[in-house]
Amino acid sequence: MKLFTKILRTGLATEDLPAAAHETTATGRAERTDERDLAFQINDRARRLLGRAVAIRHVDAGSCNGCEIEIGGLTGPVYDLERFGLHFVASPRHADLLLVTGPVTRNMAGPLRKTWEATPDPKLVVAIGDCAHDCGVFAGSYAVAGRVQDIIPVDAVALGCPPAPFEILRGILAALGRREAAHR
Amino acid sequence: MSAHLLAPLFWGMCGGYVLAAAGVCAPSARAARGVTAVGSVVGASAGLWLACLVLFGAGHFVLELPGVLAPAGGLVFHLDRLGALFLAVIGVVAVPVAVYGFGYTAALEGHYSLRWMALQSGAFLLSMSLVVCAGSVLTFVLAWELMAVSSWFLVTTEHERQDAVRAGLWYLAMTHMGLVALLAAFFLLGHDGATSWTFAALRESARGLPPGTRNAVFLLALLGFGSKAGLVPVHVWLPRAHPAAPSHVSALMSAVMVKLGIYGLLRVGLDLLGGGPAWWGATLVVIGAATALTGVLYALVDDDLKRLLAYSTVENVGLIVLGAGAGFLFLSLAQPEAAALAFSAALLHVVNHAAFKGVLFLGAGSVLHATGLRDINRLGGLVKRAPWTAASFLIGSMAISALPPFNGFVSEWLLFQSFLPGVASSRASIAVLLTLGVGALALTGGLAAATFVKAFGVSFLAIPRSAEAEHAQEAGWPMRAGMLMLAGACPALAVLTIPVLSTISGVLAGLGGMPATSATFHLGVTLETPLAMARISPVAIMGVLFAAAAATWAAVRLAARRARRVSDTWGCGRIGQTARMEYTSTAFAEPLRRIFGELYRPTDDLTVTVQPGSPYHIRAISFRTQLHPWFQRALYGPIVDATLTAAGWVRSLQSGSINAYLAYIVLVLVVLLGMVIGF
Amino acid sequence: MDKPVFDMTGVVVEMGQALLALALAPGLIGFIRWMKARLQNRRGAAIWQPYAELRKLFGKDMVVSHNASWVFHVAPYVIFGSTVVVSLIVPVLVTPLPFNAVADLFAVVYLLLLGTVFLALAGLDPGSAFGGMGSSREMTIAAISEPAIALAILSLALAAGSTNLGEIAARTIARPSTALSPGHILAFVALFIVMLAETGRLPVDNPATHLELTMIHEAMILEYSGPYLALVEWASWLKLLVFLMLAGNLFVPWGLATSLAPAALAIAFTTTVVKLVVLAVAVAVLETRVAKLRLFRVPELLAVSFVLGLLAVASSFSVR
Repeated sequence: MKLFTKILRTGLATEDLPAAAHETTATGRAERTDERDLAFQINDRARRLLGRAVAIRHVDAGSCNGCEIEIGGLTGPVYDLERFGLHFVASPRHADLLLVTGPVTRNMAGPLRKTWEATPDPKLVVAIGDCAHDCGVFAGSYAVAGRVQDIIPVDAVALGCPPAPFEILRGILAALGRREAAHR
Repeated sequence: MSAHLLAPLFWGMCGGYVLAAAGVCAPSARAARGVTAVGSVVGASAGLWLACLVLFGAGHFVLELPGVLAPAGGLVFHLDRLGALFLAVIGVVAVPVAVYGFGYTAALEGHYSLRWMALQSGAFLLSMSLVVCAGSVLTFVLAWELMAVSSWFLVTTEHERQDAVRAGLWYLAMTHMGLVALLAAFFLLGHDGATSWTFAALRESARGLPPGTRNAVFLLALLGFGSKAGLVPVHVWLPRAHPAAPSHVSALMSAVMVKLGIYGLLRVGLDLLGGGPAWWGATLVVIGAATALTGVLYALVDDDLKRLLAYSTVENVGLIVLGAGAGFLFLSLAQPEAAALAFSAALLHVVNHAAFKGVLFLGAGSVLHATGLRDINRLGGLVKRAPWTAASFLIGSMAISALPPFNGFVSEWLLFQSFLPGVASSRASIAVLLTLGVGALALTGGLAAATFVKAFGVSFLAIPRSAEAEHAQEAGWPMRAGMLMLAGACPALAVLTIPVLSTISGVLAGLGGMPATSATFHLGVTLETPLAMARISPVAIMGVLFAAAAATWAAVRLAARRARRVSDTWGCGRIGQTARMEYTSTAFAEPLRRIFGELYRPTDDLTVTVQPGSPYHIRAISFRTQLHPWFQRALYGPIVDATLTAAGWVRSLQSGSINAYLAYIVLVLVVLLGMVIGF
Repeated sequence: MDKPVFDMTGVVVEMGQALLALALAPGLIGFIRWMKARLQNRRGAAIWQPYAELRKLFGKDMVVSHNASWVFHVAPYVIFGSTVVVSLIVPVLVTPLPFNAVADLFAVVYLLLLGTVFLALAGLDPGSAFGGMGSSREMTIAAISEPAIALAILSLALAAGSTNLGEIAARTIARPSTALSPGHILAFVALFIVMLAETGRLPVDNPATHLELTMIHEAMILEYSGPYLALVEWASWLKLLVFLMLAGNLFVPWGLATSLAPAALAIAFTTTVVKLVVLAVAVAVLETRVAKLRLFRVPELLAVSFVLGLLAVASSFSVR
């Protein structure tokens, strides 16, 4: 019973998704995010089909786990990605969207490709973090095979090291072509 | 109206089987195979026709041959409806098996004598048919022994294999132990007051027997027929003999021969003795439940495909005896309608089991033929290489797991329904016993489903686990035809449940004082049991199920996307997939093996080899787990040891010394003289 | 009991009932998920989210393993078809049903077992270790929950004198006092526990887990995608609805329409929804409160259910 009294006392902990303008990171960076979003082609069919229910499969392609901790926060009460109709799934066969973190190491290049092949169309790929975008601090390392977009096609990027959970959410919603991220 | 056909059909049946046996004189092995097949088909068809005429028409067929073996009383054949039902089962199973056997035994050509096998096959089928036609003790016992001997020869066909020879030894010993019990039972039944040794006379004299003798007869008959049927604990020959025999013989033995044990039990217990006190039924219920659970528990953890099927036969025989026990129980409580319901459920399961166990053994034989393997852990991927075998085995597996819409579901449903009046009874002991019986029945059904998901899933699906499985090929057309015939019988029997049940009601009418009319069921489109007021319609379920699946398929084809891409199996991104990564049969059964660990008591053997010089660096770890039926060792170990010890004592009499033998002769002469003088 | 099997109105009502069950099932799951989200202090997805998931899945392509055989392709239809047949015979709105001829509790159990067996075979077919593990565990749980179900059914059947669903509902309506009898209540608890095992809810199986080693139902469907996945998921939601309907309408059958009058049907619909909501809240609260059991503790849970069923049978027969 103590559990239920605690639940009742805590109440709803979910926070609204703040608009992109409130981000206090360097303006240049925010602008770059928008540019990146627009630069990639957003699959029209994907946008129509995956409008309200998106299954996400996360792939760790050699990340330091900093991004993973932020992604883990997404399923918690504060960030709650389920209210947007997104949820994580275990198998890429169930997935519509691949969330890739980390510079792609040599050992993970093959599995990443296989994961992408195992995902049915239409599918989207969102690269999370600076490492996924351009190998970040690991650029040029002997263990790194390349950027994510060298292995599989990428639809959107959420920059940051690590990007905050709301940044990640905005990246995903951008890939889906949903701009209403301001007040949910 | 066709009563004049009965005798010719009988002789035709015997003639057909004798023709099959005459294959021993065939000029070549191939001719021997052909003659066996043709003779068996002719004999089985004639027997089936005869059985149908008796079941649906005349009701009786009597044939007396006083000239044969006249000093012993002559042979008497009396085929009534109960025997005709079993004769029909023999006929229905023997035809596909004969066709299948023609193709299957081709692999034995050159290694083993097919002519000898022809002789024994003919004798086996003939003796089984004569057992159910027998009308006197002499005929019955002669046919029974012929059946035992011919089947022993068939079991040890592949006599170069050690396990076949040992299995044959167990089988021979146990069937003769049963024979002794049977002889004792018949003797007790008729020695005091019977006019002759025909069944009719025994039925008359049994009315006047004291209760002690009746109980003794029942127990001896239970032991004798129970060992043939495969009841715990005298079932031990079954898991040894059925896998060792050639597969089509295994199918015959499992589908038909063990049912003759049930036939004998019903004949002596129900027909000749006319039922008995409540503890008869209670004993049968307990033994049936124990047999069913033992059979299915050991089938679940077995990795040998044919031994798994043999244990499954033990399980189903347990279910049949469970139903028969409930029948005896209700009969003793003066509830003849409930008894008729229970016996009908048991007999319906006899018929249904013959169909699906037959197809399962033929399928296993086809797998053995294609790969040379019985070990499920080395099979796999056969659904693409042997599609007909796979489809037949799947139908058999679904039927034996009691899944709608096949026949196993109907007989399992009926068994459940037959317990209901007992649970509602006013006597606490009966209600508790039958409630636990329902629990055992349900558990058995669930475990059987798990067993056959394992048997079909691991053997046929996924990737081949060995080179033999990889290069397997589908069987030839005779084998395919045999399998498909029996596979088709499963849904056919489901659709024809109503007519089959009305036939069974006719069989039971009058036996042991059960109602003369088929008042137990209201049979129309649906099957109703007024006692339990439950209703089922196998045809309706089949139809609605098919319609629902078809409607779904149509809707998906019309409305949903149909594009598909073929890719690797998802393995978390691993590169490549081998057969080592699949689940094995042992792994599949492992959770249940752990849950029932106390019952199984497996022996585990863990050996760790370390690097020389350091006990912390391990070179190899070997783990071996074995599962032997421990209660068999506990029960049969002492018996076998005692027998061997006694045999040792007797052997010491044969010392080899002439002086000792001379002394024996003198001793016997003195004793004889004393006896003669004394009188 | 007259059974107007070929009566057109009756058939239309049957179809309508099955379609209603199909339509309500995703909503039921959506409600349970929403309830659990609120109990986790988060907003959660909308209640109609599963409908959106189904719509999306029917529009996706499929990726099929090259090891898969026809069993893999046939299984979703068999699973879906058998669950739909069960929804045809379980009383949702009307009792007795026109298909009362086959509305038998044992038929329900074995039809669901048919779906389970084919799902297990489909898990084994692609040859992945996850699928094999899921199949093995699923069949284990199905096997040991059978005696518990059988005894729960038996105690219901004893009270009603039949295993026919229409009969059981009718007898309880006719004698309201049976609803509060100890046998009834014990049987309800036994059936509830078995329902948790059969439909893969906590504490037996976590429907939202991503760890393959903790999966039972989910492990078998890892290879399915697109429309096949939609069918299999929808069938499992429908199975939960059917079990909740059994629990609700057999033990508390008031509100079920006994005629086809529109007023009676409207009342029946409302009471059905109310019963579903109450039971769904119970499931959600239970799932929030308990943790998942270790696989080898599940037999103990099902043994508890078996004993409760045994007590239910014993009490219902000693009351007479």
